[in-house]
Parts: sequence; C-alpha cells; structure tokens
Amino acid sequence: MAITLTLNGRDASFDVDPETPLLWVLREAGGLTGTKFGCGAAQCGACTVHLDGVPIRSCITTVADVEGAKVTTIEGASGPVAASVQAAWRRLDVVQCGYCQSGQIMAAIALLEETPSPTDADVDSAMRGNICRCGTYQRIRAAIHEAARTMKG
Amino acid sequence: MKQVLSATPLVSRRSLLKGAAAAGAGLIIGFHLPERGFAQQSSGPRSLAPNAFLRVTPDNRVTVISKHLEHGVGIHTGLATVIAEELDADWSQMAVEPAPADVELYKNLAFGIQDTGGSNSMSNAYQQYRRAGATARALLVAAAAARWNVDPADVSIVRGTLRHEASERRATFGELADEAASFDVPGEVTLKDPAHFRLIGSDDGIIRRLDSPSKINGTATYGIDMSLPDMLVAVVARPRLFGATVESLDDSAARQVPGVAEVVPIPTGVAVLANSFWAALRGREALRVEWDETDAERRGTPELLAEHQRLLDEPGLVARRDGDVEVALARAAKTVTADYSFPILAHAPLEPVSCLARLTDEGCEIWTGDTTLTPLQMKAAETLGLRPDQITIHSVFAGGHFGRRKETALEAVEIVKAIGGRAPVKLQWTREDEMRNGLYRPMYLHRATAGLDEEGNVIAWHHRIVGQSLLGQSPEFAHFLVDGVDLTSVAGVATTSYNIPNILVETHNVDLGLPVSTYRGNNHMAYAMETFLDEVAHAAGRDPYELRRRLLSHDVREKQIDVLAIPEPMKAHIFAEHPRDLRVLQLAAERGGWGEPLAAGRGRGIAVAYAYSTPIAQVAEVTMTDDGFKVDRVVCAIDCGVAVNPDVIRAQMEGGIAYGLSSVMRSELTLSGGAIDQSNFHDFQVLRIDEMPEVEVHIVASDAAPTGAGEPGVVPVGAAVANAVFAATGRTFHELPFSRN
Repeated sequence: MAITLTLNGRDASFDVDPETPLLWVLREAGGLTGTKFGCGAAQCGACTVHLDGVPIRSCITTVADVEGAKVTTIEGASGPVAASVQAAWRRLDVVQCGYCQSGQIMAAIALLEETPSPTDADVDSAMRGNICRCGTYQRIRAAIHEAARTMKG
Repeated sequence: MKQVLSATPLVSRRSLLKGAAAAGAGLIIGFHLPERGFAQQSSGPRSLAPNAFLRVTPDNRVTVISKHLEHGVGIHTGLATVIAEELDADWSQMAVEPAPADVELYKNLAFGIQDTGGSNSMSNAYQQYRRAGATARALLVAAAAARWNVDPADVSIVRGTLRHEASERRATFGELADEAASFDVPGEVTLKDPAHFRLIGSDDGIIRRLDSPSKINGTATYGIDMSLPDMLVAVVARPRLFGATVESLDDSAARQVPGVAEVVPIPTGVAVLANSFWAALRGREALRVEWDETDAERRGTPELLAEHQRLLDEPGLVARRDGDVEVALARAAKTVTADYSFPILAHAPLEPVSCLARLTDEGCEIWTGDTTLTPLQMKAAETLGLRPDQITIHSVFAGGHFGRRKETALEAVEIVKAIGGRAPVKLQWTREDEMRNGLYRPMYLHRATAGLDEEGNVIAWHHRIVGQSLLGQSPEFAHFLVDGVDLTSVAGVATTSYNIPNILVETHNVDLGLPVSTYRGNNHMAYAMETFLDEVAHAAGRDPYELRRRLLSHDVREKQIDVLAIPEPMKAHIFAEHPRDLRVLQLAAERGGWGEPLAAGRGRGIAVAYAYSTPIAQVAEVTMTDDGFKVDRVVCAIDCGVAVNPDVIRAQMEGGIAYGLSSVMRSELTLSGGAIDQSNFHDFQVLRIDEMPEVEVHIVASDAAPTGAGEPGVVPVGAAVANAVFAATGRTFHELPFSRN
C-alpha cells in the first residue's frame, strides 16, 4: 500500500516496503540525493531532515512513521532562516568534502528556527549529533552565529 | 570522436553530470591528441584547449581539468586559482571538472602514476598548471592581436577581458576562443612574475571554493548519488575474519526477498544485488554463508600486541644512524626511556564506499571517488580481460578519503563481471562494513631512549618502531622501501632535524593479515618524538620550547649521517630547509603566548614537525576537568611555501587538527580472535563539535615552491595537547588513545 506524505511542500506517494527507512525512500524512490547515508544508526547526522519542522535522523525513521507528515530535505530548505544559514555557509566557505553538510545545514536551520540567538552551548547541544570527519566544526559554529546575526538584520 | 556515455544523478535526468568528466561535450580524450591541441568540435565556434588542463569555451567559461581528486581539501579551487592567475581570468568565469584516467597526461609527477595522495597535489601540479594557463593566455593574446591587427605586446588582459588601450578595443575569452584555437601552441611561455600575482595568495574573499554552492544545496554528486537506468544496487557479505573465503552458500532465502535480483560469489565475499539498497540489505541478512577460516588471521589484539612487543625487544632494520648511540648511552649521566602503543584506526570518511560500474560494448565505465586511478584502471582491465584504455573512469566528489579510497571500485567491477554485465551495478558499503572489512591504520609500538650529559644536553636518541608496512603491501609503492625500511613507518623520527649527536632509528615490519593503508597525517611518529622530547626536557630541567630551539639551531643537512634508508630522490627535501622549521616554532610560540602565566589547572604544550615537506608547529592549551581535560585552543604556524589559497590552508589546518585530535582522544579498533570488535560511531568514537578547540592559524609569507597542506595540520596536534596536559599535571599518555589512561 502506498504511503503518502508532504515532501518539500508537495504531495508525494511511495509504494514501497513500509519498513524502509525514510532516507532510502527519499534517495532512491524520491530522487532526492542531497540527504546522505553515513551510519544507518542515528550516530552521524548525515541523514538529517525536518519532520514537521523538527530535525530527525531519516536513516532510522521508517517511511511508515512519516505517513501524512511534512518532510523537508535540503532540496526543500527555504525561508529566511535557511537563506541566512546557506549564505553564511557560503561566505565562510564551511564545506570541505561536503558529504555531511546537508545534514549540518538542516540541523543548523532547525536550531535557529527554535533559538534565533544561540549560545555556544546551544550550538554544541544542537550540533553534536552531526559528525564532520573533515573537521569543519569551527566554521560551522561561526556560520551559525553569523546566520543568527544576519537574521536580526 | 569517441562518445563519453554519462550516467545521471538520481536527482535530475539532465544529460550532464556536473563535476564529472562526462561534462563538456567530450572535448578531451586523452588517447589520441589532435595535432593542434585538444579542442575540436564538429560545428559552431571551437573551444580553445591548448593542453590537457584547461578549456576556454565560446560561452566565456574557463574549465580547468583537475588531475587530482576533490575529496575535500580544496584542490579543485587551488588548481583553478593557478590557471586563472596565469590566464588573468576573472574568478567568476572559472569552473573545474575531474580528469579522466590517463597516466601519460595526468600522472602525479611525484609518483609516476595518476594518484592523489601524500599531500603533494599542489606541489607536483603547480608549475604544470601555471604553464597551462600561460599557454592559453599567449594564444588568446595572439588571437586578439591578429583580429585587431595590433602588436601582441600592446594587448593586455584584465580580469578576463582582452584590451587594446590605444584603440579602446575589448574582447572576452569566449569571443576569441575559436580564433585562438587556430594558432600553433607555443613551445615556451613566460610565467607571470609572482610579484604581480593577483589571485595566488589573495586573502580578500575574492576566491571562494568552487565546490561550495553545490555542497550547500545538496546538488553535489558523490559515488553514492550516481544512477543509471536498470541499475542494481549491490551489498556484499564479507567474512568476519580477514583472509577467510566462502566455503558454502545458501541463498534460497535471500532470493525470496522482494527486489533481490542476483546473488553472486565474488573474490571478497558474496554480492547481493537488488532494485534498492534496502532490498539488497534485507537480502544479505537472509543469506547463509559458511566461511573457510583456515588461512584467516585469527589473532586478537592481545596476541598481536605480544607479537609487536617481542619485536620491540629485538634490534630492527636501521632507518637512520648518526654517531654511536650505544656508546653515548653508556656514558650518559642520565637516561630516559618510554614505550608507546598506538591502536588500529579506521579512516572513517563519512561517505561509505559507493561507486558505480557498467559494462558496455566498448569496455567498462566506472564512476568513483577513488584516488588511485592508474592502478584501478590497470586492475579493472586485468579483471575483465580488457585493455586499460577500455576502462573509462569518471571521477566524482569523494565524501572524505583520509587514505581510504584506493581502488575501491574494483569490487564493483568484480560484481558487474559476475553478473555478465547484464545491468549497471552500484556498490554500496555500510558503516559496519567500513569498520569491519575496510582498510586500516595499523597498530604501532615505539620504544624511545634518550641520553643526557652532565649539563642536560641530549647526546643520544634511540628509537625503535614496530608496525605493519603500509607501502610494502602495495605493488605500486613497494619500490619505495629501502633495505626493507618503509618511510611511512619512520618519517618524522628518522628524518628529525634535531641536532642530537648520536641517533639510531630502527624499524620492524610486522607480518599481519590486516589490510592497511596510509592514514591522513599518520601521526604516531610525531606523537612519540614530540611527547618524549618533553619528558627529556623535564628530566634535563629545560623549557620544552627552549630545548627545541636549541636542537633546531643547526642545519641538519650539514650533519654527518651514516645511514638514512629513504629513497634517493627524496633525500634532497627530506629535511626542512634551515631555518624554516625554527621559524614556525618561534611563530607558534609567540602567537601561542609561550611563557605567559596560566591559571591553575591549565596547561600549554608545544610540538613541531616537518611533514609532507612543510614545517609546522602548534601550541595547545588545555583545561583540566573532573573527568579529564578540555582542549581550549590550538595556535598553528605553517610554512607551506607559496600559499595559493590562504583560506583553504586555514581550513586544512582547522580540519587537520580536528582529525588529529580525533585519532588520539578516543578512536580505537580492537580485534577478538581476528575479528574487529567495533561496528559504528557509537563504539568507534570521533571528535564532535563540542570538543573542537578554537584554532588560530598563522601562515608564513613565502615565495618558495608550494608544499603539503592537507595533512601537516594533523601531525603535531596530539603531541602538543599531551604536552599541555603533562605541563599541567605531570601525567603522560604512552598508550593511545587518551581514553585508555
């Protein structure tokens, strides 16, 4: 039986094994490859997407679990917070290999939607689930603070 | 002209594969060079492609062809900067695509094969890409002069626009590409005077990484993102023990899993192919495989440690000998000794191995983020019974490398061969596969003994290192061993610039069935050298910084060295050019506030290294906490010659420090009965954002040739941090990772 959800603002329907992790449905059936596979066990954050605005790990969330919900991926990231975050990421040239960055950006957007002026401790707690093996952490922190400043105008 | 077939990213069905070699209408095919350069099209205005490294298209774009893989270190941006500089291009018109596999055109000049590694991408390519850019510039100027009927000497280029001031004429590169392609490629070109560099070394924000936009919006494509019609996704069941083989296979249940299409044995295990990753994974779970473990490595960590320990007590291969260590130690007023152990590590790039292969009538096409293109091409050809030129490799972004991505696509080639090429195959590893069946940084043991005279001068240094040889396992690099000594086991110790009169460095290559590979900035040598030196300084009553200054005050290249078992061509640059290492040491000490008072419970440590032809020094500050310590800050000074992209170099220092810290703090793999115990990031722990120190980078201004920047940042950080803790508490860490203590 097909599972329906709102994906990046549009109705979507997937006729797949309901136990399939959302990550693989997004990537293979949905063609949305910006969301990455890093661990399959909610340990690295590369697969972070928003479920009704809340960051989740799509690698351990079954597609059945998101029936009827609103899912946003990096491809659908939009609005002033997303724009500020992506602009700061660009200005500070945060990325290196880039593989974790979709997840980092989705986690950062969720943080700033909830906490527009985060402290370093807020950044630590919101972002420590997202591994970056290239070690871009210093710039991720700086970019989040910069995005927070630009959001204030 | 040969057609290059292109796979499409799943996300879109556009025919262009952004960032891969298929882009650009197949203008460059390495095997048959058109007489007049590379650019030929059937109709319409031609592109200018006077060599294998760039193409100026009528749309005014300059596309640089990168012979080096972009796995995060910014080499695409770096090579584009070099060409844009010589060409006087505008940064906004620059683009990069990866080179195809062609050893003649695209070999790493330091290795002789097409390979990205050893932190030498910029150093080997710098002059080559400068000449490529200058050649294109000369042709564009000639074309403008001919069109305008003026003296070429009166044609200038300012940010991508050709100008003739007297007549106020202007033209873009794109407008002149076709005409420029008609001119003979000059044999000699004049390179720009570095005093006039506008882009190389610029630090004013003009240069931004070219790969940033696609990596921020999710459109960058890696091996995992590639797709072809009717493609099957493969996962492989591999043995628990290294060296085990398939004894029997029952795939009946696996074949019942919906979506599973094929189950095939391959040399590394049993491949399960399905129409989705999830189905392939479910199929693998349903597989029943009995493994023949007769020839497998069955030793666990305790047994392996005992074997290493046994060798640590025996004299080894001599990597370096100056003077007579035994005599000097015998007459020393004081001796200090320490044993070190370093664990097995996974490289753990965040993208697990993923690549795509398909057989065609013409040969085999591979899409991969592998670094070692020449061996991959040769071995894929051998596997398939084809000629190397029938293997087409499309390089894609790699989601990290760190020493891991070497010939990974060969397994995909085996699978596509095993199914008779009936469908394209995307091979996908899981994180558990990576931890348990990947390539590793091997374990190492060290023993260091130093002798001090009555005045506290270091008169002897005896150092023995035991570990698996990294180069010895690789046919392409085994010839770099000298009298059995693997430089990658001893660099930084055998190549120390410290002016110690009597030095003996020995090594043992351990015979062990673990698949090993180079590791980003493999820092055990610098860690042992630089932490032990602080213990020696303590025993001598010397300040660690002052002791290093004194030991670096002479040019080691003038010293009598009786044995130095490293390849002859490397000897010219194996030691730092005096006093460049002294200068980075002093710079790090000054900027790191060496000697300034610290609050109780805080410590400061220093370490210096000469790694990948780059002198680097770091000062770390730590604060002791109830459950250990926190690294607050690392100040890094580096002299990598011409700093092509200073901000990229800063990023490499920040990231290198994170990677180096990760490798010493908690990361460790252990074996029980030959099987790896860990499986994912919960038990192989890596650095996360809350442990990232503040990093401050100082780059020494230099006009020397560029040297390594991708790995040096990793090298001294562990020692600098351990020395800071030693300074604060007197605690030492001889057994790594720190979390073991």
